[in-house]
Amino acid sequence: MAEVLVYVDHVDGAVRKPTLEVLTLARRIGEPVAVALGAGAAATAATLAEHGAVKVLTNEAAELADYLVVPKVDALQAAYDTVSAGGSLAAVLLPTSADSKEIAARLALRIGSGIITDAIDVEAGADGPVATQSVFAASFTTRSVVSKGTPVITVKPNSAPVEAAPAAGAVEELPVTFSALATGTRIVSRTPRQSTGRPELTEAAIVVSGGRGVNGAENFGIIEALADELGAAVGASRAAVDAGWYPHTNQVGQTGKSVSPQLYIANGISGAIQHRAGMQTSKTIVAVNKDPEAPIFELADYGVVGDLFQVVPQLTEEIKTRKG
Amino acid sequence: MSLRIVVTVKYVPDATGDRHFADDLTVDRDDVDGLLSELDEYAVEQALQIAENADDAEVTVLTVGPEDAKDALRKALSMGADKAIHVEDDDLHGTDAIGTSLVLAKAIEKAGYDVVISGMASTDGTMGIVPALVAERLGVPQVTLLSEIAIEDGKVTGRRDGDAASEQLEASLPAVVSVTDQSGEARYPSFKGIMAAKKKPVESWDLSDLDIEAEEVGLEGAFTKVEAANERPARTAGTIVKDEGEGGKQLAEFLAGQKFI
Ligand SMILES: Cc1cc2nc3c(=O)[nH]c(=O)nc-3n(C[C@H](O)[C@H](O)[C@H](O)COP(=O)(O)OP(=O)(O)OC[C@H]3O[C@@H](n4cnc5c(N)ncnc54)[C@H](O)[C@@H]3O)c2cc1C
Ligand SMILES: Nc1ncnc2c1ncn2[C@@H]1O[C@H](COP(=O)(O)O)[C@@H](O)[C@H]1O
Repeated sequence: MAEVLVYVDHVDGAVRKPTLEVLTLARRIGEPVAVALGAGAAATAATLAEHGAVKVLTNEAAELADYLVVPKVDALQAAYDTVSAGGSLAAVLLPTSADSKEIAARLALRIGSGIITDAIDVEAGADGPVATQSVFAASFTTRSVVSKGTPVITVKPNSAPVEAAPAAGAVEELPVTFSALATGTRIVSRTPRQSTGRPELTEAAIVVSGGRGVNGAENFGIIEALADELGAAVGASRAAVDAGWYPHTNQVGQTGKSVSPQLYIANGISGAIQHRAGMQTSKTIVAVNKDPEAPIFELADYGVVGDLFQVVPQLTEEIKTRKG
Repeated sequence: MSLRIVVTVKYVPDATGDRHFADDLTVDRDDVDGLLSELDEYAVEQALQIAENADDAEVTVLTVGPEDAKDALRKALSMGADKAIHVEDDDLHGTDAIGTSLVLAKAIEKAGYDVVISGMASTDGTMGIVPALVAERLGVPQVTLLSEIAIEDGKVTGRRDGDAASEQLEASLPAVVSVTDQSGEARYPSFKGIMAAKKKPVESWDLSDLDIEAEEVGLEGAFTKVEAANERPARTAGTIVKDEGEGGKQLAEFLAGQKFI
């Protein structure tokens, strides 16, 4: 059976959920061979094996942590060389992130392949994998194939279910010779983002967002209270972020995160095209806005025209009551 | 010695217009008004600030695109860039990111550069990979997705706000940089700037000027193929209620019905 390289996104050995979703998609095409890089790489093996990785190639060289992007391209290329020499490599799949898109692009260029980014689905096709993408702020859906080389595809979070599919997951050290350019861009320091205890925005099943209508950093508490009652992540529009009410890491939209949860609740957000670009593929959309003409209502499965300062706390209370 | 800054800017269909695909499944650039990609305005802005802080610097804006893409160059020139290069060739129609990076890299080499500054992503393709590809082709450091940037003593430094951490980066020139929309408001062209732009030089290059064969670019040269593009069905009209004091409770009822609570 053909093999599929899967790039592993992990933090010190803890595999992030989108990688497990990619394993689900990879198994449609072939046998997943995972590539885990950097500190803690070997610790990812058990989780990856549980979700279908037949092999886990690891490298924990310091370069991978100390320099931007290129060392990872070198390592992924080494994995590509090893696996493609051994037989039939059907594709290289990566969970979409800022880093992984750049890694994927440079790899594709080196191996003479085409690249597709931000797929929301990948299926086996007659001429190789077929990727579905959502484009133009999710107003169109396209189906594309890579016509040259081994397809390199990055997949958006929440594009597939996580499935248990136990496999061997044998750990193998991946030898990597770093290129001259690997040490070109030094990471002088790294400040890890503080955990809020809430789910990761891109991975969450429910996202509760606030916009300009929230009218102040101090009022984001009512958005957070609703989110916590639902076990949700908190999002924000760019207007709220630019005003300094909420961190940029929580921005949803074209220049923020793209989310695709089961439920998206937009509070005091008008629904500008750039915001829609980041949330339009959500399964169920709910909006609270005092302006009945707000474009967000065009997307909403359920909308409440009203003052969010009344509606949101009442909703939070009601959920509390129902949960008993 | 003068610091040579090349800013890559893309001409894109207006995101607030009715964007769609042409019959050959390329982005329709005829029926929708185009403009300088808003995210590239941030790249122009940072280039201008770096030039203003340098003893001697020259900002060249570069675009690969159809005839109308001159509008994007004009806008960048009126913001304050010194000169412009337009790579235009009928054979470029349908070029993908890999092909675009080839054309950009060859043009950047021909123009001469110390630093290339790009936007974080184009507002139509939104791939955000061209700067990394250009760096790979030029064989120089990539210092991308910066929300803060400084150039001093032949070094570029900046802050990259990633998913898991915020990183402080450093590389020596020459380098390829990209900046995010967090890097600082882009200036509006002044009346004087708009007038001055009319006299600034715009060079036109075609593929032969760059020693690129037609087969290497365009639809034929593309490494990916769009097989189908379908308009997403409009979301079915939802239930909209007006809050008469029970809006929160009604919403809870809906969420319960959908099994969210
Ligand atoms: C290149 C580019 C990239 C961009 N990227 C992004 C992006 O990634 N994400 C993003 O979000 N935007 C982005 N934008 C900005 C976008 O165009 C909008 O300006 C922004 O989304 C507006 O945010 P908002 O809906 O919170 O504010 P507004 O449009 O001002 O809407 C606020 C809404 O709140 C409602 N409201 C006010 N008070 C109340 C109340 N008490 N109760 C209920 N409702 C109330 C109002 O009726 C209004 O509809 C981008 C723009 C550009 C040009
Ligand atoms: N055709 C083009 N001409 C000039 N610059 C471009 C072109 N395409 C992409 N770029 C640059 O690359 C950046 C990222 O584009 P993309 O990878 O397409 O999202 C843009 O912000 C531009 O700076």
